[in-house]
Amino acid sequence: MERKLTSNALKQTFTKRSFIVGSVQGGIGVLLAARMGYIAVAENEKYEMEAESNRVNLTLIPPRRGWILDRNGSPLASNRADFRVDIIPERLHDTEETVELLGDLLGFTDPEKADLRDRLETSAGFAAVPVASGLDYDKFAAVSVRIPELPGVIPQRGFSRYYPTGPSVGHLIGYVGAPSREEYEEDPQPLLLTPGFKLGKDGIEKQFEQELRGEPGARRVEVTASGRIVRDLETRDDVQGNPVQLTIDGPLQDYAARRIGLESGSVVVMDCRTGDLLCMASMPSFDPNSFSDGIGRVEYSMLSENERVPLRNKVLQGLYPPGSTVKPTVGMALMGAGVDPEETVMCNGGLQVGNRRFGCWNRRGHGPVNLAKGIYQSCDVYFYAMAQRVGMQPIADTCKRYGMQQQFDLPVVSQFYGTVPDPAWKMERYGREWQAFDTVNATIGQGYMLASPLQLAVMASRLATSEVVMPRLLLNDTAPRFESMGVSQEYKAYIRQAMSDVVNGPGTAGRARLPIDDVLMAGKTGTAQVVGLNVSDGRSGPWRYRDHGLFIFFAPFDNPRYAGAVVIEHGGGSGAAYPVARDVMTFLFDPQRGLDALHALETQWGGTAQQRLDAQYAAYAAAAGVDLPPAPPPITLAEQVDAEARAAVNEPAQAVTDAITPREEANPRAEDTST
Amino acid sequence: MRGEISLPRPIAEFPWRVVIPLTLLVAFGAAVLHSAAGGSMSPYASSHLLRFGVFLVMALVMSYFPEDWARMAAIPVYAVVVLLLLAVEVYGQLGGGSQRWLELGFMRLQPSELMKPGIVLIVAAFFHSLPAAMIASWRALLVPLGIIAVPMGLVLLQPDLGTALAIGFGGIVVMFLAGIPQKWFIGGGVAAVIAVPIAFFFVLKSYQQQRVLTFLDPESDPLGTGYHITQSKIAIGSGGIVGKGFGEGSQSQLDYLPEPHTDFVFATMAEEWGLIGGLFVLLVFGIVLRWGLLVARDAQTRFARLLAAGMTATIFFYVAVNLMMVMGLAPVVGIPLPFMSHGGSSMMTNMICVGALMMVERWNRQSARSAF
Repeated sequence: MERKLTSNALKQTFTKRSFIVGSVQGGIGVLLAARMGYIAVAENEKYEMEAESNRVNLTLIPPRRGWILDRNGSPLASNRADFRVDIIPERLHDTEETVELLGDLLGFTDPEKADLRDRLETSAGFAAVPVASGLDYDKFAAVSVRIPELPGVIPQRGFSRYYPTGPSVGHLIGYVGAPSREEYEEDPQPLLLTPGFKLGKDGIEKQFEQELRGEPGARRVEVTASGRIVRDLETRDDVQGNPVQLTIDGPLQDYAARRIGLESGSVVVMDCRTGDLLCMASMPSFDPNSFSDGIGRVEYSMLSENERVPLRNKVLQGLYPPGSTVKPTVGMALMGAGVDPEETVMCNGGLQVGNRRFGCWNRRGHGPVNLAKGIYQSCDVYFYAMAQRVGMQPIADTCKRYGMQQQFDLPVVSQFYGTVPDPAWKMERYGREWQAFDTVNATIGQGYMLASPLQLAVMASRLATSEVVMPRLLLNDTAPRFESMGVSQEYKAYIRQAMSDVVNGPGTAGRARLPIDDVLMAGKTGTAQVVGLNVSDGRSGPWRYRDHGLFIFFAPFDNPRYAGAVVIEHGGGSGAAYPVARDVMTFLFDPQRGLDALHALETQWGGTAQQRLDAQYAAYAAAAGVDLPPAPPPITLAEQVDAEARAAVNEPAQAVTDAITPREEANPRAEDTST
Repeated sequence: MRGEISLPRPIAEFPWRVVIPLTLLVAFGAAVLHSAAGGSMSPYASSHLLRFGVFLVMALVMSYFPEDWARMAAIPVYAVVVLLLLAVEVYGQLGGGSQRWLELGFMRLQPSELMKPGIVLIVAAFFHSLPAAMIASWRALLVPLGIIAVPMGLVLLQPDLGTALAIGFGGIVVMFLAGIPQKWFIGGGVAAVIAVPIAFFFVLKSYQQQRVLTFLDPESDPLGTGYHITQSKIAIGSGGIVGKGFGEGSQSQLDYLPEPHTDFVFATMAEEWGLIGGLFVLLVFGIVLRWGLLVARDAQTRFARLLAAGMTATIFFYVAVNLMMVMGLAPVVGIPLPFMSHGGSSMMTNMICVGALMMVERWNRQSARSAF
């Protein structure tokens, strides 16, 4: 009985407790229903949005970049449709394996694979790294079918920047490249992370980045969790960037760049009535087309080892002693200081000042020399004598008014301004008194005096027109009104005639005469010595000891339309420069005749600038192994090039202690140096 | 008796009350699996239906076992499953690395699954044999605890926290219903409060700790472990009241939802069928569990009562933990949803529980008849 009761008690406990268990179960059931109702009804909107943002992927379509046009509307930089491959480093599973496989599919060489690895390492991870562009369809298809094995690799159709004239516009236009980590941090827009998006890294491309960029398009797609695109939902087209039209004459720019040939130098041509820069060629150069996927180590090594510094824009960053090209300007200064141009100085090969004798380049002497003869025969003694009379200050002031030591309002990344020395400057710079020999040096454009080819071209324009011509690079329909230089008609005509005589008269550059009957070009030769006579004769021996050849010019001489300057670095004298000027001007007036001359020369040189650059690259790549240092990123590269350019033109650390002894200038009539 | 339709006994006694709701639920589950497979019967939906058919037959056969057989089977079944658990452990050690199943050729047997109904059976049998007067004795507490601790320990070694908890839960519920004194439960509760932090830091593996931490704050790790919970909530929440439509769930169709056919099948369902589908599932589980508790209440013997209630509790544990997990109320512990998730082991376990309940229902009917 006892046991029975206990058993009944246990049954009651069971009933009681099973009721508790049932209630708990029911309670949890209600809780679950409530929870589900809360998520599905109260928070429905929030979760619907999250599901939608999971499902829909917005990809930006990089905008087509605005074209860069020359003055006639032909493209200096355009876009062409191409197949390209990019990598999002973050999404890579095995970097090494992917680089190997991808490199094999695309036919990369070992250095190219090493470049890709470097770019992946230094990238921000989430930003696209360009691998290759301009692929042919076979390679593109080969990568596309292997996509499942290549997570993080994005093959796509897009547009890439195209520079039809390649190296001819390299320095002027610059190039584009994928945004770097620093550029993204400065301007953190999603567009900068989009595969295929490029921004300007140098030159015009960089200066006009905002105008050229355009508005990205967008594509909404449905994607799976692993990123596979299921279908397109909606596409918004991109808006192409605005074109930028330059004053540059594309064919002339290309012609001038090619005409420089094997030399290292620059050609600047301006329209001296408007200041339009028609040509700013600097050679040797690089091919901006091949820079847009990142600068390869082979290419970088080749370019940076070249002593002719293909990475430097010599038009703006090259500074040279102007040599005798400064003489017409000095002549203006003399006349301004009251010297009668017809007054003669007796040149017997040198000038005695006190107990010093300063030599003329013509050791035999020029006989009686007036200003005109001083210019067309480039007599040094005439200028020594007259400069002693008027002093340095008016000469320095005039040089500055004619454009030396000036920076112009141009959309360029960097422009050097050079030096026009005067007594105050020397005192400040070196703490020394101005000496007679300093004046002697300055009047013949040597010593401390330095100018860029652009400044020399401006100087030529101002000499030609006697107006304060300001150069401009952006095409503008309005004709600018320049201030007058305050030079009398008589003096202006006098200098024009003297400079015409340099070419068309008994001057130093008879071979520069244009092969066009009714157009006479005026000019002035210059030979800038880089080392003393005891080191080199200026024409042979090590390249870096040879004289710079310079030539400033304008044409037609009596009604100037075009003006410019040619500087050939270490060309061995002015004889290297004026044939270039002659051919460039010939091309401007009669393109076919100019091209005929160029084609003959290019056959000797081994092809156009582009062809020679390609051949040089192939040879260099074949000779060089993989053990090349990687190229620095574009920003660093630009700084490096700039710093090297500055170092190259540094004024002497010590004050100059003596007058320069002018070399016997190559007399073109006697000499037969061909360029 | 005229006017009453008299059905043949096998049909009248067929457990329609559970088979109809279960079949509906399994069919619904198959539809969801069809969608989870991207709109295809294979590989999930067809095998799901096939397994249900096979195990339903097994459960019906089971329901004809007499009570004596069941009681006598308790100890051998327990012993065999413990041996199998040991075998898995040894096999796993030899094979290098953890393993939870034995490869039998035709199927992978997960012995820990068998232990879920097995523990209920043996603890129920123990209390049945225990004299009623001894219910407050230490023996009533320690022996079942020992019986529970051995398989739980072996399963934790695998390591499989979810199954270990399910085994513990089944055993403890039977002990509770057997009527052991309340103070021990209160004491046990206090001990658990103390033990949980200790267990968290010293017993759980780091991935299990991570899951618990992530459960407490899913947004702390949106792409790692928290991803599961977050995506599951997005799926359920974006389904709204009526759902996105059959085969239209972007979360499951586009692979955002992890395990859309096993642990997170409820989220897959809720995305496409909405709150209405969810309430239907809850309702079916409610019917089945209520039926289980009614069977237990009507049972004539102590063994039958505890067995039925324990089996019901085991099914309940699965359902509750899985649903709390997918709704972000519990950590991710890897417990499938009975009758909907794709998976042979879970279907087998749950059908054994249902079979045991049908068996007890039959005993009830027999004793009711013999009482007249």
